[in-house]
Amino acid sequence: MLDRVFRNLSVRIGASVIALMVLVAIAAPWLGTVDPSLFDAGSRDLLPGKVGEITTLEGETLKHTFLMGSDSFGRDIYSRVIYGTRVSLAVGIATALLALAAGIVCGLGAGYLRWLDGILMRFMDGVMAIPAILIAIALVALWRGSIVTVVVAIAIPEIPRVTRLVRSLVLTIREEPYVEAAIALGTPTRKILFGHILPNCVAPLLVQGTFTCAFAILVEAILSFLGVGLPPDIPTWGNIMAEGRAQFVSYPHNVFFPGIFLAVTVLAVNILGDGLRDTLDPKMAKRV
Amino acid sequence: MNALDVDGLTIGLPSGADRTEAVRRVSFSVARSEILCLVGESGSGKSVIAQGIMGLLPKTLPLNGGSIRLNGEELVGMSEAGYRLRRARRMSMVFQEPMTALNPVMTCGEQIDEVLRFHSDLSLNQRKTRTLDIVREVALPEPERIVASYPHQLSGGQRQRIMIAMALVLEPALLIADEPTTALDVTTQAQILKLILELQKRHGTGVLFITHDFGVVAEIAHRVAVLRVGELVELGARDEVLKAPRHEYTKMLIASVPTLKPHGRAVPPGAPVVLETRGLAKTYAAHRWFGPSRKVRAAEDVNLELRRGQTLGIVGESGSGKSTVARCIVRLIDPSAGEIRIDGADIAGLGAAALRPLRRKVQIVFQDPFRSLNPRRTVGEAIIEGPLNYGLARAEALERARRLLELVRMEPSALARFPHQFSGGQRQRICIARALAMEPELLIADEAVSALDVSVQAQVLLLLEEIRTRLNLAMLFITHDLRVAAQVCDQVAVMSGGRVVEYGPAEEVFLRPRHEYTRALFDAAPGRGFAFGST
Repeated sequence: MLDRVFRNLSVRIGASVIALMVLVAIAAPWLGTVDPSLFDAGSRDLLPGKVGEITTLEGETLKHTFLMGSDSFGRDIYSRVIYGTRVSLAVGIATALLALAAGIVCGLGAGYLRWLDGILMRFMDGVMAIPAILIAIALVALWRGSIVTVVVAIAIPEIPRVTRLVRSLVLTIREEPYVEAAIALGTPTRKILFGHILPNCVAPLLVQGTFTCAFAILVEAILSFLGVGLPPDIPTWGNIMAEGRAQFVSYPHNVFFPGIFLAVTVLAVNILGDGLRDTLDPKMAKRV
Repeated sequence: MNALDVDGLTIGLPSGADRTEAVRRVSFSVARSEILCLVGESGSGKSVIAQGIMGLLPKTLPLNGGSIRLNGEELVGMSEAGYRLRRARRMSMVFQEPMTALNPVMTCGEQIDEVLRFHSDLSLNQRKTRTLDIVREVALPEPERIVASYPHQLSGGQRQRIMIAMALVLEPALLIADEPTTALDVTTQAQILKLILELQKRHGTGVLFITHDFGVVAEIAHRVAVLRVGELVELGARDEVLKAPRHEYTKMLIASVPTLKPHGRAVPPGAPVVLETRGLAKTYAAHRWFGPSRKVRAAEDVNLELRRGQTLGIVGESGSGKSTVARCIVRLIDPSAGEIRIDGADIAGLGAAALRPLRRKVQIVFQDPFRSLNPRRTVGEAIIEGPLNYGLARAEALERARRLLELVRMEPSALARFPHQFSGGQRQRICIARALAMEPELLIADEAVSALDVSVQAQVLLLLEEIRTRLNLAMLFITHDLRVAAQVCDQVAVMSGGRVVEYGPAEEVFLRPRHEYTRALFDAAPGRGFAFGST
């Protein structure tokens, strides 16, 4: 099974790029970066590759090569983009996990317990009727911007999607004779749901998870870009771009480099998802 | 000149399959006005041959050698355009499942018209008359209405008639029928077989009829070709092959077909009653927002009695309510009215909690061996699931599973393997072991052998018989197949339209059927003239 998955070219490409990104995120301090919040008034608006000075928190002034240039405060774009990888990946993965977990519980309930179905699904329809970004903006505005609130805010509009998927899977799997056999064997409902039905939903859920992850990374960048996401002291690809926007015509590198990282990561996650779908869920691949 | 000559046909399989060739050096011919039955078990390559002739082989199955001549004209190596010119006009095909073979968004008339439009030069009016003519010829009532109907508005038999009309509208020399009656009820099957015979005689069509059912062969074939894992093992006139088969495999297949004669086993009198239903009914109501709700009576006033050591068969066509009764007894669905007494205790109205201790007394084996086992659980986990639910220790349950696998003639090593590693027959044995692990008093077999090949079916029937005697079980056997019912049942209940129309000892029902529906059912059973299973 795993063998077959890893023989797929899309899975290989997607997984390697993501693995590289994870490595970058973990090894950020050792990749020739400085603290991303450091700035130096003397090194404002440097072009990529220029050498300039930067002042540490202790007041020391260091010589530093600005690989991706610097912004209007004199901060190192390279360090900020590399550290931003941490935030983006963490938000993407955490959102996917949270949306999946909540969606699985709601979907199993709606699909298997008939009395719950109508109430829960109409509520989900209601949530889906509001644009995802609007809900996220509203929720972040309501709470204070932090990684946890952003993750929750992005996950909530994603939950109905996962719920619908799980519910549709449960509706077909619950009619399978092996589930009926389990009922006849006196297996309690909880065990039927988590022992028989859920394991048979894993493949499509994995695929959905990757797409949710890619979407979450994008939405986080959008929120930060709009200035309603994480506070500006946490570097994310979105707020680097937001800050660079004003000077885009004269210094495009402020937007260009985080943009490239964002695009490559989202593309890789989507390619991985496509590959997983082709190998794990051939029926779905033909349909789409 | 023959309608079809197949000579030394060899079709490959992708690497990693269970054999290197799907079909190896198969030669046969179909004369004009002749019906050749191609018989074989699943995986024997019979459908692959049909695809090969029609030029519909998928790329993974390359045609590696041999020749196929249609009316003396070589088809092998012909371009796709060449095939397209000959399909429908010179050769055509009827498939097993008419619902999926017909386009659901086009009316039946449009679909027949499409064949005429692409393959003939007839004008619109000529096409219209021709369409109505052919629909009349396949004996469909009210041709004008049928032509304007969508496939879902017709019954299965009517849809298959439309398929036959489409196949024969251009009077091809060769008709390939790939299990055309397998998805139909026996009475419908009998009508369709009669229709194919009639049309084929009238038009002088050569028919290659693919089937797994020897009853059908006995009804329709002029000659028979027997296929075994891709090789032709026997070819001859129908009576020769059916009455005096030469090849061992053919002999085994024919001996595996159950006879229509009831076995006439004496039932021990005074055995305790295990199952009793009184006025059992199941009504489905389709609730609507406006207007009265529509009610469907799936089962009505069903009264059955089953004693220990006895087998009761419920026989009926699809939609007769036989499975509904079984599912009510297992309480997979809730009956609408009536009593279900297991060992004297009524379980019809019990709630989930009260029902739980009684569940283990009734176990069920389903039809489809490929869906009856959770693909993500090992065989061992499947068998011990029930006993664990009722508090048996894991080690003890595993020991029981091992013993049961032996009972169903499987290796104990199967415990650690997954269902996909087993064949259909083996999986059905595993399902039986899973049911028996609960030490039930009543075993329900819901079409448990219907999806199996005839030789495997014979083995599983034997096994069920043996288990019933050894464990002194009561068995409720649900089937649409009269031959199977005759072989295993002591008592038979014939169901039609949700009601039991005839109920009595198997001998009585089979030899002296009283109800007219029972008589019609027996008359429709294919191959009644042949004494199968006696060799």
